[in-house]
Amino acid sequence: MKHDFGYFIREGVGNLFSHGFMSFAAIGITVACLLIMGTFSLVAYNAEMLLRTLESEYEILAFVDDSFDEEQTKKVGEDIAKLPNVKNVVFITREEAMEAFENRSLDDYMRRNILPEMFRDRYAVYVSDLNQVRRTASNIENVKGVGKGNVRVDEDIAGGFIMVRNVAGAVSIALVAILLVVSVFIISNTIRLTTFDRRDEIAIMKMVGATNAFIRWPFVYEGFLLGFLSASIAFGLQWLVYVTVVKSIASADTLQFLRAVPFADIWKPVALSFGGAGIVIGVGGSLTAIRKFLQV
Amino acid sequence: MIRLKDVEKEYDNGTYALRGISLTIEDGEFVFLVGPSGSGKSTLIKLLTGEILPSSGRVIVNGFSLTKISDRQIPLLRRSIGVIFQDFRLIGKKTVYENLSFAMRAVGSSPRTIRTRIPYVLKLVGLEEKADQYPHELSGGEQQRVAIARALVNNPMTIIADEPTGNLDPARSLEIMRLLNRINELGTTVVIVTHERDLVNRFRKRVVLLENGLITGDGIGYDAK
Ligand SMILES: Nc1ncnc2c1ncn2[C@@H]1O[C@H](COP(=O)(O)OP(=O)(O)OP(=O)(O)O)[C@@H](O)[C@H]1O
Ligand SMILES: [Mg+2]
Repeated sequence: MKHDFGYFIREGVGNLFSHGFMSFAAIGITVACLLIMGTFSLVAYNAEMLLRTLESEYEILAFVDDSFDEEQTKKVGEDIAKLPNVKNVVFITREEAMEAFENRSLDDYMRRNILPEMFRDRYAVYVSDLNQVRRTASNIENVKGVGKGNVRVDEDIAGGFIMVRNVAGAVSIALVAILLVVSVFIISNTIRLTTFDRRDEIAIMKMVGATNAFIRWPFVYEGFLLGFLSASIAFGLQWLVYVTVVKSIASADTLQFLRAVPFADIWKPVALSFGGAGIVIGVGGSLTAIRKFLQV
Repeated sequence: MIRLKDVEKEYDNGTYALRGISLTIEDGEFVFLVGPSGSGKSTLIKLLTGEILPSSGRVIVNGFSLTKISDRQIPLLRRSIGVIFQDFRLIGKKTVYENLSFAMRAVGSSPRTIRTRIPYVLKLVGLEEKADQYPHELSGGEQQRVAIARALVNNPMTIIADEPTGNLDPARSLEIMRLLNRINELGTTVVIVTHERDLVNRFRKRVVLLENGLITGDGIGYDAK
């Protein structure tokens, strides 16, 4: 028997409107769930992106013992490079360090009064995981030629973001799990209501010899439509919310350093995730609703 | 063809509804199934439509063996049977025409087949004028004729009716029986469960008597047993 798409879709839409209010409520709740999931995921994503930028710029400075000669200093660099979590090691001579400092400080007085002796040869160490900066730093301290107190770490810059990323990441995973279940449950109940309304028709369809698949399809389309409508609305709202938040961050003086990913760069995966989640919720909901109904 | 061999049915609660029944109904036969309340008539009908399974014995209906039928084959079995109930079971918010097209759609008939078949069946049951009425706008007899039209519309080999006249006055009941008789004359096997002795005696047809889960009579006319 061929798939009578037109018929199933008409029946599905009919089901949707036969419970206008319930469908409306189910869509509303599903939209809210999708928006919450989307917002947390986008926060987590942006925190991750910021962290990556930070990670690539973040350096630990390891100052080399003044008494070391060139050969020994080189050995120190090699030792550091061998440590876990160390991505890259760059050697900076005291002269270079001084020059860089001079370029950064605009104060003439300071510029005239610094001496090369105040600077030491150093290694700038780049790490691959900011989470482990503390441990990496103490490993570097143990390297011969560096020693306690000769490593500088800016832990606090990263700390805040790591927290945001980890919390938002964990929360969004938990939320996705919980809210998916909630939405499936809501949609399933809406569809169960239509199956209940239509129990006479279902009984007649079975009596005259309709296949289970035939009986199922209108409800699957109903769920699909509920999910898809929810996803479309949620996507539109998410877009609006995101753009508004990004704009207000950009115009807030204290938050300038937060560079959010523009929506234009991520709309495709966002749309795909919303659409996918919407369809999974809708079809999942309808299948759970009609599973029991089709025995016998 | 319907063939039952040593069929027993024990419900989950321990009720023995059928206690070893053997019965053969050939294609094209017209059979009344009679018996007191609780004798197992509806149980027998439900076995034939695959709604329940026998506890033991063999049931074969239109080539399908009900003891080893797969879920996928049940719809095919049901397409070979048209079922009629005492309470009509029409869809109230669909017109007569829509009730019939619904039953045809459900088995995948094409719109063209539906358009040509429904007027034919409505004419057969004498309701061509009522196609666009809703069930509540019809008399009981007319509603039952719609139900008969629906049972016929997918061109089944067998019509099975469980007390089709139970809700109708004697004149309407006779009309319905005459209609079912005519359908039988057109080649469909007809099995009718009924309580109405007078009605049965007006037709000189095969009567199977069921009592307490056993067949206690089988012959022409109610009193032939
Ligand atoms: N689903 C069920 N579960 C348990 N017992 C049942 C069930 N259906 C019927 N029975 C019992 O099986 C016996 C036969 O019932 P059945 O409905 O076949 O009788 P019947 O001949 O159709 O009676 P009636 O003329 O009143 O319709 C009865 O004792 C009834 O109580
Ligand atoms: Mg009965």
